[in-house]
Amino acid sequence: MNNLYNGQIPLNMLPVGKKAVVTSLTSDGVNRRRMLDLGIIDGTEIEPLYKNPSGNPVAYLIRGAVIALRSDASERILVSIL
Amino acid sequence: MGLTGRSTGAGLLNCRGIHTQNESEQLIVALAGNPNVGKSTLFNGLTGLNQHTGNWPGKTVTGARGICRHKDKSYVMVDIPGTYSLMANSAEEEVARDFICFGRPDVTVIVADATCLERNLNLALQTTEVTGRVVLCVNLMDEAKKKKISIDLELLSRRLGIPAVGTSARSKKGLDALMEAIAALAEEPPADKRLRITYGDEIEAAVSLLKPAVADALPEHIDSRWVSLRLLEGDVKLLASLSSHLSRDLTVDPGISQKLEEAGALLNHTDIGRDNLRDMMVTRIVKTCESVAREVVTVKKEGYAERDHRIDRFLT
Ligand SMILES: Nc1nc2c(ncn2[C@@H]2O[C@H](COP(=O)(O)OP(=O)(O)OP(=O)(O)O)[C@@H](O)[C@H]2O)c(=O)[nH]1
Ligand SMILES: [Mg+2]
Repeated sequence: MNNLYNGQIPLNMLPVGKKAVVTSLTSDGVNRRRMLDLGIIDGTEIEPLYKNPSGNPVAYLIRGAVIALRSDASERILVSIL
Repeated sequence: MGLTGRSTGAGLLNCRGIHTQNESEQLIVALAGNPNVGKSTLFNGLTGLNQHTGNWPGKTVTGARGICRHKDKSYVMVDIPGTYSLMANSAEEEVARDFICFGRPDVTVIVADATCLERNLNLALQTTEVTGRVVLCVNLMDEAKKKKISIDLELLSRRLGIPAVGTSARSKKGLDALMEAIAALAEEPPADKRLRITYGDEIEAAVSLLKPAVADALPEHIDSRWVSLRLLEGDVKLLASLSSHLSRDLTVDPGISQKLEEAGALLNHTDIGRDNLRDMMVTRIVKTCESVAREVVTVKKEGYAERDHRIDRFLT
C-alpha cells in the first residue's frame, strides 16, 4: 500500500476495515493533548469503522470507544498498517 | 441554570462559599465525567429535576444544581459539563475542571460509560490526582450487558483505591447504592488508598525538589503533588485558574520559582523538555487505564460483540 513515510501513512489515508497502530503524532499544543487524552499514543490500535458519505468526519474504533475525527486531526496521526 | 458559560465557574465557586457559611448540613456532590455518559440522566434520577438529556441540544453547558435527600441528609448535586480531561480546551471544559479542582465538592462522582470503560478511566485517574474524595459510577451497565461486556466492579474499586458502583441511570438502577457510597465517603472519609501514578525517576525527582515549596504556599485542601506536576508541565490555563482561586500567583513566589528553575534544569539534563514531559505524563496515565481495563473488563463472545457493536452504530 501507501508508503509515504517509511511505511507510515496519515490516519486519514487508512481505508475502512484496515487496522493500524499509531507510530507518531505530528500535532502540537492543544491539539496534541486532545489526541493524547483520547488515548491516542504510540502503539494505540485504531480502525476506521465508517465514513460520512462526504468522507469527513470518519468514525474510528479506539480503545473500545467510537470516536469521530475530522481529517484535519486524523492527517496529523501517523500510523502503520497491521 | 441561568448561569452563562463564562460566569458559571465563578458562580459555582461562590455557591460553594455560601454553602460553607450558611448550610453546613448540606454536602456538595459533583457529577462529572466524559460527554454523553448519562450525568444529567443520573442527576435527574437523584434530584427529581428535569435537566435536558440526550446528545444535542441536550449537552450540559452550565452546572445545574438540585437536592437529593438520602437518609435524613441533603446533598446538593451539581451536574457538571462533560469533559475528557482536566486539561481544559473549551469554556465548558474549563467550568468542569475548575469545579472539580477548586470548587471543593465534598464528593466528586466520576460517571463512566461501562461500554468503553478504558477511555473513561483517564478522567478518573486525573481526578484522583486532585482529590481522594472520588466515587466511580460505572453507568450504562444495561448497555454493557447487551454487548456482553462485564466489569468486575470490586476489582476495579480495589485497583483504583476508590469506591466503584454500577448503575443504569435511565432505568434508575443502582442509584441507592451510589448514594450509599457517596454518603459513606462524605461522612467519614476512609484511609487514602488511591492508586498513585508515578512518572518515572526523572520526573519524580523533579517533583520531590519542587513539592515542599509548593506545599508551603498552598492551603491544605489543594494537593501539592498535583500542583507541582502542573507547574512542571507549565499548564498555563490551569495555573491562571489556580491563581485566581488563591488570589495570588504561585509562579512568582520566590521560593517556588527558584525550585521550578532547578527542577527544569534537572529535567533538561535528562533531555525531557516540556512537550515531552506532557506526553510522558499522559502516556503513563493512558497505559495505566489500559492495564486496569484489561484486568477488570471481560467481553464474552468477542466476535459477536464486535459485529453487534458495529451494526447498532450504523443504525443510530
Ligand atoms: N441505556 C442507557 N442509556 C442511558 C443511561 N444513562 C443515560 N442514558 C442515555 O444516554 C444519553 C445521554 O445521557 P445524558 O444524561 O444527557 O448524558 P450527559 O453525560 O449528561 O451528557 P453531556 O451533558 O452532553 O456531557 C441519553 O439518551 C440517555 O437517555 C443508562 O444507564 N442506560
Ligand atoms: Mg448533561
